[in-house]
Amino acid sequence: MTAPPPDPSDATPKTLISQGAEALVYRTTFLVPTLPALLKHRPRKTYRHPTLDARLTKHRVLSEARLLVRARGLGIPVPAVYFVDEANGSIFMEWIDGSSVRQVLDAILASPGGEGKVDAMMVRVGEAVGRLHKADIVHGDLTTSNLMVRKVGGVEEQEGGAGEVVLIDFGLGQVSTQEEDKAVDLYVLERAFSSTHPKAEKLFEDVLSAYGRSWKGGKTVLRRLQDVRMRGRKRSMLG
Amino acid sequence: MIALGLEGSANKLGVGLIKHTPGQPAEILSNIRHTFVSPPGEGFLPKDTAKHHRSWVVPLIKRALKESGTRVQDIDCICYTKGPGMGAPLQSVAIAARTLSLLWGKPLVGVNHCVGHIEMGREITGADNPVVLYVSGGNTQVIAYAEQRYRIFGEALDIAVGNCLDRFARTLHIPNDPAPGYNIEQLAKRGQHLLDLPYTVKGMDCSFSGILAVVDSLATQLLTSHPKPLLTPSGEPVTKEDLCFSLQETVFAMLVEITERAMAHVGSSQVLVVGGVGCNERLQEMMGLMAAQRGGSVFATDERFCIDNGIMIAHAGLLAYGEGERTPLEGSTCTQRFRTDEVLVRWRK
Ligand SMILES: Nc1ncnc2c1ncn2[C@@H]1O[C@H](COP(=O)(O)OP(=O)(O)O)[C@@H](O)[C@H]1O
Ligand SMILES: [Mg+2]
Repeated sequence: MTAPPPDPSDATPKTLISQGAEALVYRTTFLVPTLPALLKHRPRKTYRHPTLDARLTKHRVLSEARLLVRARGLGIPVPAVYFVDEANGSIFMEWIDGSSVRQVLDAILASPGGEGKVDAMMVRVGEAVGRLHKADIVHGDLTTSNLMVRKVGGVEEQEGGAGEVVLIDFGLGQVSTQEEDKAVDLYVLERAFSSTHPKAEKLFEDVLSAYGRSWKGGKTVLRRLQDVRMRGRKRSMLG
Repeated sequence: MIALGLEGSANKLGVGLIKHTPGQPAEILSNIRHTFVSPPGEGFLPKDTAKHHRSWVVPLIKRALKESGTRVQDIDCICYTKGPGMGAPLQSVAIAARTLSLLWGKPLVGVNHCVGHIEMGREITGADNPVVLYVSGGNTQVIAYAEQRYRIFGEALDIAVGNCLDRFARTLHIPNDPAPGYNIEQLAKRGQHLLDLPYTVKGMDCSFSGILAVVDSLATQLLTSHPKPLLTPSGEPVTKEDLCFSLQETVFAMLVEITERAMAHVGSSQVLVVGGVGCNERLQEMMGLMAAQRGGSVFATDERFCIDNGIMIAHAGLLAYGEGERTPLEGSTCTQRFRTDEVLVRWRK
């Protein structure tokens, strides 16, 4: 006999913490009021044809859940998945106590001499992405908002110190062995860095060198990244 | 201050005259255009396009001056498209600009085509600090302003969305007159079935070559019924209209999605759509629905400003001129590659 599925929508209040690009993200609890959890719900997009919308939402919820489970099984730092309801477009997952790399960067860089303090965090970002790619998982939406830094001992990341870097938001991810896909992942992250943190552009070099050292195929992907960049420049040929 | 603007980076030759008075909206004195239309099934070649521009530039400038009653001595500067665009057509217009500059003794201002679209869109719609989707035959970019530059947050990783639509139109023998995208839009209105097409979004970037390959081969199958007639999964015949509809619904959903990602990323709820594809009313409608869900709104312009034109070059050029920018004759070159984020935007805070 199987136990009835848990009712995740238990009476716990939900607090909306972000309206991201596709999802409404709530802080809530799961099963017991003492287990904090994150509820990620992808509402219908009225602008899309209903058939296309249903296809995309289902695909993304399932691939996000699958990739989180796969990554977690390999020891890559990602939130644990608690419950998936793909028909309704929602996932319950582990609540990560911390802030996004984006927030940490903005806070640190705003203080004088901040740049020197984030080196260690950049290295950990490069290593985290390296581990993901080593496992043939391509993220598909690498930005500084989709990387979180855990609080250490309940303290906010400030010195770019020891907090673990956690990868989130895998809805556009896929399993791929292709160097090209991995290089595009880095290209997306590179441009997220330069457009979001114009002052931190050169910090990205630290991310890349840590990435290159972190796994065997890293150097080849970095070479491929050069090609992807070149294509980016050539692309702007027509008005 | 009055500027003359000359645009010819693709198959439209545009001439515009604009007047800026401090504290007032810009005044459009003239905005006229002549388009080089290639036969169905063909794209426009640089050489023929350049020839078209050379033969029309003088009559168009004369007409703009005459229609608006502008005298040469009232003009402060001559603005031309420096790039990006097709080499030969850009050059033919740059030569016209240099000639007038020498003849009339007026300074030149070279303008980035994309920045021209953005500034004109902002001026016409009043959108103050929107996320900008710039979609045309040669460009697909999601842009937001930060620290004196228009920064590119997302773009098409391979071909531009307009290029995808134009090439599909050629395969299906959809006429280029007035524009392939316009004709696809009209056909799509009568489409019934949504076919499953590849949907490729990577972060704030997207890709159109995969969907083009699939829809192109479907178009060929539709025209030839080879190796078998094209049917929907439920067995009904697929029409031209269905193909146009499916292509539009899918590529526009990708565009709206990457725009929404950028809006979420920078925390903005305004979006401005510019560039030729931005005239498409279905795209505008979808963008409006998305913006409304985020508590914001969409800004768009009609074909006078969306489609390449001279007034936007005059406008952006005059903004730069007002900040003291001049392009010396020796430096009045043009360039096929000229990224939006290369321009230092002095006129904004
Ligand atoms: N497991 C989590 N624990 C805590 N906060 C999270 C977690 N997942 C996401 N967040 C926060 O919510 C934001 C949006 O979540 P994300 O999964 O990236 O959705 P979207 O697709 O809308 O970007 C993140 O940038 C992060 O700040
Ligand atoms: Mg996210």
